[in-house]
Amino acid sequence: MRKVQAVIVGGGPAGLAASIEIAKAGGKVVVIDENGKPGGQLFKQIHKFFGSREHRAGVRGYDIGTQLLKETEELGVEVILDAPVYGLFRDPAGIMVSYMKDGREQAIIGEKVILATGAAENALVFPGSTLPGVMGAGCAQTMINVNRVLPGQKVIMVGSGNVGLIVSYQLMQAGAEVLALVEAAPSIGGYGVHAGKIRRAGTPIYVGHTIKRVLGKTQVEKVELVALDEKFQEIPGTEKMLEADTVCIAVGLTPLTELAWLAGCEFTFIPLLGGHIPIHNEDMETTVPGLYVAGDIAGAEEASTAMEEGRLSGIAAAEALKLYTAEDAKTLKAEVWDRMNALRTGPFGQKRYDAKEQLLATAKGGK
Amino acid sequence: MADGVKITGIPTMEELKATPGLVSDQRFEKSAVAVIECVQEIPCNPCEKACPFGAIIVGSPITNLPVIDEDKCTGCGLCLAQCPGLAIFRVEKNYTDSTSMVEFPFEYYPLPEEGETVPCGGRDGQYITDGKVLKIKKTKQMDGTTLVSVEVPKQYFMDVRTICRKGGSK
Ligand SMILES: Cc1cc2nc3c(=O)[nH]c(=O)nc-3n(C[C@H](O)[C@H](O)[C@H](O)COP(=O)(O)OP(=O)(O)OC[C@H]3O[C@@H](n4cnc5c(N)ncnc54)[C@H](O)[C@@H]3O)c2cc1C
Ligand code: SF4
Ligand code: SF4
Repeated sequence: MRKVQAVIVGGGPAGLAASIEIAKAGGKVVVIDENGKPGGQLFKQIHKFFGSREHRAGVRGYDIGTQLLKETEELGVEVILDAPVYGLFRDPAGIMVSYMKDGREQAIIGEKVILATGAAENALVFPGSTLPGVMGAGCAQTMINVNRVLPGQKVIMVGSGNVGLIVSYQLMQAGAEVLALVEAAPSIGGYGVHAGKIRRAGTPIYVGHTIKRVLGKTQVEKVELVALDEKFQEIPGTEKMLEADTVCIAVGLTPLTELAWLAGCEFTFIPLLGGHIPIHNEDMETTVPGLYVAGDIAGAEEASTAMEEGRLSGIAAAEALKLYTAEDAKTLKAEVWDRMNALRTGPFGQKRYDAKEQLLATAKGGK
Repeated sequence: MADGVKITGIPTMEELKATPGLVSDQRFEKSAVAVIECVQEIPCNPCEKACPFGAIIVGSPITNLPVIDEDKCTGCGLCLAQCPGLAIFRVEKNYTDSTSMVEFPFEYYPLPEEGETVPCGGRDGQYITDGKVLKIKKTKQMDGTTLVSVEVPKQYFMDVRTICRKGGSK
């Protein structure tokens, strides 16, 4: 069986950044992704990114993706596409990664393996939620920005995190109307500047509201909203009916951790980061030796933090492979931590910082 | 009704005045100037690098609010298209005796035409007044973000922040 120094599952910003660090250190690294094109979420992000200048803030997501891809090509990283990974098995030589390619089962051993599989969108259940026209916000975003198809004309968005706000904006740019953005919590979850964009376009934001039901024969026709009290109970008499053909759900992400469970990683439960998270240490290494996690799988955050975590796991794996001395690795890792900690400050970042600290404490306590 | 950026998505005048992104009343009288309507501590700083005159400082940590130096700001407008939050505007209060100029990023089609009279809206997108389109700026450097400037009655220089989107719901 083929054996390389490192195998990375998932070619999003985290996986690509990890591969770049390992290749830079001189390691042989293979990235495996189930899609036909690497880049993960980045290629549907047509907006200019936040973050610092080092994270190419102000640059559109897909341009960041193109840049990462170029770097991997220049460094000779091998990328296997259209290849879903379905299994991880411990092996005396490392970890065996099983995947499908061209209809055939294949496997490769990585001395070190990094899981950068990202996260999946959460669903929401209400009467009518199975009607055609109800979809994830990320799904709508893929339709408009990758496939160039408008999912509908009149959209109701549920969820006021940055995903709900940004996708609402992009739906309007694509020519749809966003009639309302509904948020169950008493305040807006995402950045005010993103909310400001859709407000300027005339979209109302209803905080303390949810969807009561969706009506329609064969597809979404009407959407009934209702106000919620502080205990998230519906307030009778506050219903309002809107005519719409599309409902987009943006109520959070759950890390795609199946492979980590399979490999026998220990988990902890942190709602703020998306639920069950594989416990990992400062090097992003899980409780399974030689198996690392990076990006949304290690707690759903942002592309900027995903790239930094990717770099961190890559440097740590390279160090474990003896491609870096402990001293060099220490300097490189400290640089990453400085940038990452800066991203996790402020009223939005602080909570994630605290959650990540809690995670690291769990890792230490568990050993 | 409670208001404020966390509830409505729109910063109130009090919230704006409390930030270091808004210049003094005297500075507005002088000439065109940038108005930074970024009131939350988010991890973001492209505005700082965008200004060739060093008039915007975010510093460290990156979540600091952007601070404008009203003496250094020449009102050139280069920062507007670099802000991913589309939160910076350019305002010339005394454009004429009775009108002001307001410039904002606008990322929708169709674009209006220069010289056209268009409905102008506030931070909630609702109609405030008619305005005349002065200029449409689109350069490669702006990477897809278009800047539109309008001439509006002077009393609205702190209110008009967009044109009502054509084909929009209102
Ligand atoms: C609407 C929206 C707007 C956003 N805006 C911003 C922003 O402005 N700034 C910012 O910093 N971040 C933003 N983000 C967040 C950012 O996109 C994600 O945090 C980031 O993409 C996570 O990177 P990742 O590499 O962990 O995962 P992903 O980008 O999701 O990549 C994971 C990859 O792994 C592949 N994969 C998963 N499982 C398998 C398997 N079993 N086998 C093979 N391949 C697999 C997937 O197909 C995918 O290609 C936004 C996200 C959304 C949805
Ligand atoms: S308008 Fe010009 S001078 Fe003023 S802050 Fe913006 S870039 Fe700097
Ligand atoms: S670039 Fe825009 S959103 Fe970012 S800090 Fe500056 S003003 Fe705020």
